[in-house]
Amino acid sequence: MTAPRHVDVLVVGAGPAGLAAAARLAAAGAGRVEVLEREAQPGGVPRHCAHGGFGTWTRPLTGPRYARLLTEAAERAGATLRTGVTALDWAPAGPVLTTVGPGGPETVGARAVVLATGARERPRAARLVPGTRPAGVWTTGELQQAVHLFGQHIGTRAVVVGAADVSYAAAATVRAAGAEVVALVTEHPRAQTGRARARAARLGHGTPLLTDTTVTELLGHGRLSGVRVRHRDGRTAVLPCDTVVFTGDFVPEHELARRGGLTLDPGTRGPAVGTTLHTSRPGVFAAGNLLHAVEPAGTAAREGARAAGAVLDFLAGAPWPDPGVPVTVEAPLRWIAPNRVTPGAVPARHVLRTGVPLSRPVLYVHQDGRLLHRRRLTAGTASPDRTLTLTARWHERVDPDGGPVRVSTG
Amino acid sequence: MTVTADGPLPSAPYDVAIVGAGVVGCAIARELARRPRLRVALLEAQDDVGQGTSKANTAILHTGFDAAPGTLEARLVREGYARLGAYAAETGIPVERVGALLVAWDEEQRAALPRLAEKAERNAYPDTVLLGPEELYAREPHLGPGALGALHVPGESIICPWTTTLAYATQAVRAGVDLHLNTPVHRARRADGHLLTTGRGTLRARHLVNAAGLHADTLDRALGHEDFTVTPRRGQLLVYDKLARPLVRHILLPVPTALGKGVLVAPTVYGNVLLGPTAEDLHDKRATGSTADGTAALREQGRRILPALLEEEVTAVYAGLRAATGHEDYRITAHPGQAYVTVGGIRSTGLTASLAIAAHVTGLLADGGLDLGPVREPEPVTMPNLGEAFPRPYQRADLIAADPEYGTLVCHCERVSRGEIRDALAATVPPRSLEGLRRRTRARAGRCQGFYCGAAVRELFERGPRP
Repeated sequence: MTAPRHVDVLVVGAGPAGLAAAARLAAAGAGRVEVLEREAQPGGVPRHCAHGGFGTWTRPLTGPRYARLLTEAAERAGATLRTGVTALDWAPAGPVLTTVGPGGPETVGARAVVLATGARERPRAARLVPGTRPAGVWTTGELQQAVHLFGQHIGTRAVVVGAADVSYAAAATVRAAGAEVVALVTEHPRAQTGRARARAARLGHGTPLLTDTTVTELLGHGRLSGVRVRHRDGRTAVLPCDTVVFTGDFVPEHELARRGGLTLDPGTRGPAVGTTLHTSRPGVFAAGNLLHAVEPAGTAAREGARAAGAVLDFLAGAPWPDPGVPVTVEAPLRWIAPNRVTPGAVPARHVLRTGVPLSRPVLYVHQDGRLLHRRRLTAGTASPDRTLTLTARWHERVDPDGGPVRVSTG
Repeated sequence: MTVTADGPLPSAPYDVAIVGAGVVGCAIARELARRPRLRVALLEAQDDVGQGTSKANTAILHTGFDAAPGTLEARLVREGYARLGAYAAETGIPVERVGALLVAWDEEQRAALPRLAEKAERNAYPDTVLLGPEELYAREPHLGPGALGALHVPGESIICPWTTTLAYATQAVRAGVDLHLNTPVHRARRADGHLLTTGRGTLRARHLVNAAGLHADTLDRALGHEDFTVTPRRGQLLVYDKLARPLVRHILLPVPTALGKGVLVAPTVYGNVLLGPTAEDLHDKRATGSTADGTAALREQGRRILPALLEEEVTAVYAGLRAATGHEDYRITAHPGQAYVTVGGIRSTGLTASLAIAAHVTGLLADGGLDLGPVREPEPVTMPNLGEAFPRPYQRADLIAADPEYGTLVCHCERVSRGEIRDALAATVPPRSLEGLRRRTRARAGRCQGFYCGAAVRELFERGPRP
């Protein structure tokens, strides 16, 4: 191992969360703030989201434009962006990372580390979709890069698996590449997106939406020739296609967190974090979709900025907080983040997800059988791929010495 | 150096044509390449070497401890184990000598262990050790509850099957063997030697070696032999992510009983963990798909062996077809009158035995009248290292200092550099598909399956080797 080089704050990942954290830290005079990005370009996933929906209502942006603005903001504030550099592993003690890039291996120590390594879609193999292993099988992330960054040819007829926002974005990318979308296929009873978007796809593009339907087999040798689908009622069919895109089903990119021995939350599979976004490893914070796969880029960026605030407090001498009281969810809820309540910290709201559609659910928060909070969600149906939020107004009622907090729907 | 994938085949007759560029065919080609006077053709129906059974196996270097004693297979596996171990060391093929544990989960299985130890001795493998539950759990702390004991076979090892096949092919081609890809053999007849009708025209050869794997019986029939029938036996396997690697230290083998063979859990040299295989007798020699029932059954059995494994991500599911013939031995037969050698029924031990099979087949060819001529050892090759137990290019400061391309990572899950992809594209036997590139470099073989790097890797592949 090479002799460590020292910086004040090391941010891993130059996506929205990492860039926003770096911008605020550098602007606030945190000293030498360095961002490691393993890709050749900063910006994270928005780099290849050619569609709109980024920025704000008053200033809507495409993904690439949004990525550029975040990058420029971080650089303007004085953060150092090092692209093409991979954080490989941790040195045995302290917030010290080993890295490699074209300049060779390096060891970088920091007073604080912010992990912002993001999330990715689970590919076909992890979903255990049976069949052959032909070419023409994609995730949205790979598809968008192929089409929008490299202008590659993708095929002529694509089936899109999923009917969430990301699935409709994938369908748009398929069309942008000059291919036809054969159908969107979802196991759920309806599309997991806004009504307008679902209707536009159906009527504007004539794209069928197959609900209550799963992909049961990929067919074809060499190149995909079709996918076999099965409806909940038992009917099966083969959709001829040369391309299939598996969308959504996001998981945190948590390799570095695991290599560092950070405690993971069993629901999110990202690092367990308290209200101040501190992990179980002293000096190491986390932000963005590593903590909740996935929320919109704006949420990740705001969280990055919030993590920067906690880092600044820590650099100013605030003690490393206790782990805090665990917050768990009960089925059909899947996960909640942050998943610790840090006593004394300024409360920040939680995001959570359900595994199945719920009609106007009531969220209950209990600790040791004591009801801390109860709220009916008024916004219609809660669906598996959409954000649910939970206020933090009940944090002050949590007993710091009590058992875990349980969030349930009944 | 000649590797072709299209266009007409050479019209001049070869001394030997080998049909099938799997691990066995490539090993035979390499062995014959030691005889510079011979003109040798290696014919492959698909677009790469090792595209059939050789690419989809359990990647184990077997000691042969459990072979049927006295068979040809037992002898060739034993010899091949020593030969391939030495060859791997000098060639840079990753091998890890992790050892195997045959884990007994019930009384019947525990009772079978001493018999297996005795069988190992009859196979000239005396190093097995019986372990009680305490020592077993000390060696494998993540093993599921209820194991009663195990037989330790320290010599069982894991190896990279792709690098092995590619090393043979590379060495053979560099020493003058012509490798003709995309060349399926449709018909074979005798007319002043062998006349093979292929998808790329006819090819003549004085001697013929049938190493056609799953299709060896078809070619054998074309030459008038009804000796065996290949029934494809499908083995589905799950590959778990590298983050699962710390869960297991040895190859965990099932104890074979009257009720059949269970599944194994084994680390791979790439740092993954394998769970499988299933054993399904089929009729379709192209049925390399996985099934919901198959993967569910594997997960069920894996849950008992190594419960924590089920919590990890699966990075690949694949199915290989083993060439089962209904006989408990290889079907290697010389037909001297026809100048023809059949290398059939090479089962899952074929990878281990490959170099010994090659030497044996070469002897049979000589017996059948082939004048081998003098020996000239081929130039040694050094293969790119895909194994985690040895330094990968991204870990080598010297290499990156000399060429920063080795520090420029493209595939992040597997930490594959642009330099390695460039080298593979410019190699003696280059890949002709992204899958071929994956087997040579590991690019796109990790947990994200291309979410991050897929498009960038495709870009490099389509751009091809740079001048």
